[in-house]
Amino acid sequence: MTFSKFTRASLVAALAVTLTIPALSLTSASAAKVDMAKVKSAAEAGGLSGLTAACQKEGQLNVIALPHYWANYGDMIDGFKAAYGVKVDEANPEGSSQEEIDAANTNKGTSRSPDVFDIGVAIAVKYAGTGTFAPYKVKKWSYLDGAAAASSTGEFTPDYTGTLTIGYDGSLGTITSLNDLLLPKFKGKITLNGDPLGSSTGLNGLFMVNKALGGTFDDVSKGVAFFKKLKDLGNFINVNPTEATIASGQTPVVIDNGYIQAGVVKQFAAAGKVWKMYTPALVGSTYNMAISAWAPHPACARLWLEYTLGETGAKIFAIGGATPTLWVWLVKTNRAPAAGVAAIGKSKVGASKATADQATAAQVYLKTAWPAAVGK
Amino acid sequence: MKRTWKVQLWRRTIMGVVALYLLLPLYSMFDFSTKPFGFADNGRTLRAWKVIPSQPDLGVAIARSLITAGIVMLLILVMIVPTVIWVQLKLPKLRRPLELLCLLPLAIPAIVLVVGIAPLYRWISINLTESPITLAGVYSMLILPYTYRSLSAALDAVDIHTLAEAAQTLGASTFRMISGIIMPTIRTGIINGSFIAIALVLGEYTISNILNYKTIQVVIAQIGRSSGNVAVAVSLASLIFVLVLLLLVPSAKRRQEVLDVDLA
Amino acid sequence: MSHISEPGAGSAIGRAGSRYWRGKTSYLGALPFILFSGLFLLYPTYNVISGAFKNQQNKFSLSVINETLHSPITMGAFRNSLSISLRTAIAGSILGGLFAWALVTGKKKGFLYKISVALSSVLAQFGGVMLTFAFLATFGFNGVVSSLALHVAPNSFLASSTWLYGLNGLTVVYTFFQIPLMILVFLPTIENLRPQWREASDSLGGNSREYWTKIGFPVLTPSFAGAALLLFVNSFSAYATAATLINLSSFLTPLQIASALSSEVGGANPAEAKALSLLMVVVVTVVMILYSLLRRRVSKWEANR
Repeated sequence: MTFSKFTRASLVAALAVTLTIPALSLTSASAAKVDMAKVKSAAEAGGLSGLTAACQKEGQLNVIALPHYWANYGDMIDGFKAAYGVKVDEANPEGSSQEEIDAANTNKGTSRSPDVFDIGVAIAVKYAGTGTFAPYKVKKWSYLDGAAAASSTGEFTPDYTGTLTIGYDGSLGTITSLNDLLLPKFKGKITLNGDPLGSSTGLNGLFMVNKALGGTFDDVSKGVAFFKKLKDLGNFINVNPTEATIASGQTPVVIDNGYIQAGVVKQFAAAGKVWKMYTPALVGSTYNMAISAWAPHPACARLWLEYTLGETGAKIFAIGGATPTLWVWLVKTNRAPAAGVAAIGKSKVGASKATADQATAAQVYLKTAWPAAVGK
Repeated sequence: MKRTWKVQLWRRTIMGVVALYLLLPLYSMFDFSTKPFGFADNGRTLRAWKVIPSQPDLGVAIARSLITAGIVMLLILVMIVPTVIWVQLKLPKLRRPLELLCLLPLAIPAIVLVVGIAPLYRWISINLTESPITLAGVYSMLILPYTYRSLSAALDAVDIHTLAEAAQTLGASTFRMISGIIMPTIRTGIINGSFIAIALVLGEYTISNILNYKTIQVVIAQIGRSSGNVAVAVSLASLIFVLVLLLLVPSAKRRQEVLDVDLA
Repeated sequence: MSHISEPGAGSAIGRAGSRYWRGKTSYLGALPFILFSGLFLLYPTYNVISGAFKNQQNKFSLSVINETLHSPITMGAFRNSLSISLRTAIAGSILGGLFAWALVTGKKKGFLYKISVALSSVLAQFGGVMLTFAFLATFGFNGVVSSLALHVAPNSFLASSTWLYGLNGLTVVYTFFQIPLMILVFLPTIENLRPQWREASDSLGGNSREYWTKIGFPVLTPSFAGAALLLFVNSFSAYATAATLINLSSFLTPLQIASALSSEVGGANPAEAKALSLLMVVVVTVVMILYSLLRRRVSKWEANR
């Protein structure tokens, strides 16, 4: 009878489970002589070699919300794996900064909790001093642009800056001014990465348009008015652009971070097309790296910071179109790698950045103004 | 059975319209996944699809998700179906509360439900096991709206009270009555409810992503991160995989001889 | 009604004890399920809902609920959510119901039947980023159908594809997973429409219309309504698809919830998310009550005929 077969198959499955659960359960991490979770600098862990040894014993690093096309994190993760021979577990690639912290809280105490965060300024400031981050200063900490201003104890460390830009399919012509976007040929084509109410990229995109029109971080009404015009014309659509929508031509104009656009340029070149970029005003955002206070692999977490905030990491970020915070020092001491210089140039990016307070204030204004402008 | 041309025309039209609605977007996905996307491609290519079998984590994730689906199936057959039947038979006052309970998982979006269930899974991870198979617990609740509706629809058309009375009169035990007599009568409801349960377990992403369990959909999303074409190809491949899996499940032979829904 | 359904009339499992307890032992049968759902469903729901009643200082307070419910953003999002749920429930239940009928009038257990059920199971779960992409790839700019329409019918709405990026477009996309869901949950009922009833109706001289209005529809309506209810709730809480197609946190209630949970720019407010979830649970409960009132009325009407 068919039902007996069903029941039989299910019982077999249940037996298989009870036999495999012990094999899949977690084995506890061995205690180290130095408590890696309390280490505040490489010196305390026996230098880089001590850190490396401890990390290789841990065997794994948990990262979260690091898409491969974002600031060249794909190469960064591969490079780390190759250099130290440890596994890297990547969680939730499309997560927001808030979701990174939430994941750490949700999975607190398990081996799946993230070890390191790459978060925007607003979230970094929000959780600093709450015991979420483990303070750590990398060897090159004093050379990092803005590190001391961000957090004197090293709870979070700025890692790279990007500027916002408008990327578009080259077959649409060349954009020379912001008002070109109002032309009919852009109907149904313009998108913004992220909702300004939830995503720092979206908010910075709005800041950029706003600045180009003469507005300031404290008053975004000019930017909102421009987007309203675009929406009324039908040029702006609310679709969230992804790699697939860009590659398939559904979202030919994208307002996004420069280091993401760099990846699209490569993608398009590979398919025989051209992706151009237009920057109406210099608005940037800095991301920050932090270590989870209850990281399941504390040594690897610290080694990751040393890697990404050091010279190797700086080169990888630069090639990806993001300006690493080490860049000023690298250029000054003539250690900037040629490939990096080719990608982002030598000048320190003169982009203006919004403070966490300005972002929060804008968010309050946008809560009613943004839907009114681009909602139905 | 009278099958006039009018009925046939209606049939064909409806099936055609619905089939078009459902299959056209899937075709568009396939069309995109074969477009050239790399330096080595000349015109249409299956390269995005060829990437899939070489992923190391995929096999383990598939095995784990299949085992999880198996456990959920077991829970359906051993706990959910008998309870629904029992409530229908003996506990009529519980019927409405049960219906509401079975709609509850849908009332709360997954992103919020995971906030509520996270403490429980943290405890399970620390004290029992970190295996993703434990997700079977929350999954069996997520399938309730669909499975219950399927079962309830089947039960509505069957007079199980008479069946139960007859079974009792003939001396059948409760167990025999439920498993041997009533369950076969609502066979289609159970099978349809199980199909959607399996599809849900193998297709669930939100909860396993936030709790960072490596289920089949989480691994598939990771595979897709290298390029848009691969992401679309891999998503279609997972659809086809579950489809084939479900087709392989033996469907019950219908004991009813002729079902005639006549419209002429 | 059979006397077996009365509690206390002698359940199959309990024999000893007073008559009061004998009735209550029936409830033991439901115990495993109650315990299991208590742990994996009621406990998380309680976690979420109780969070709605706490303020910033973690004390009991109705302030968050008050604030959230009175905001015009919430009302606007809620209106949109209700609208789209209603429309897709109706569209999905009609199209799905008709397809189920068409399936059942065909070859029994043929290949078409099997693959329809299997495909419906898979597609009922298909959603999120990929579903949006599939529709963009079909109807969006540079899509399969819109490119074709540009050649064939350049002035039609299909060629311009702006219709997709709004409530109408979202309705069409949501209906994509509503139809298979309807097919799956409605099929068991329509299969149970017994041929003997049709034969009896025919032999008593009734025509097709009479069969349907006096026998067919009354039998099918309760399940149809139940299935439509399921479709409504399903659409109401769907999130991932909308998040990609309409990147606006104020557009639908689930989008508002997501933004309250995960905003990077200072808008995160978990209590607001929980208050909105409470709203959703209340809505579902209300719809369920309406549905059960409807059923009671239908069965009364049936009993009185």
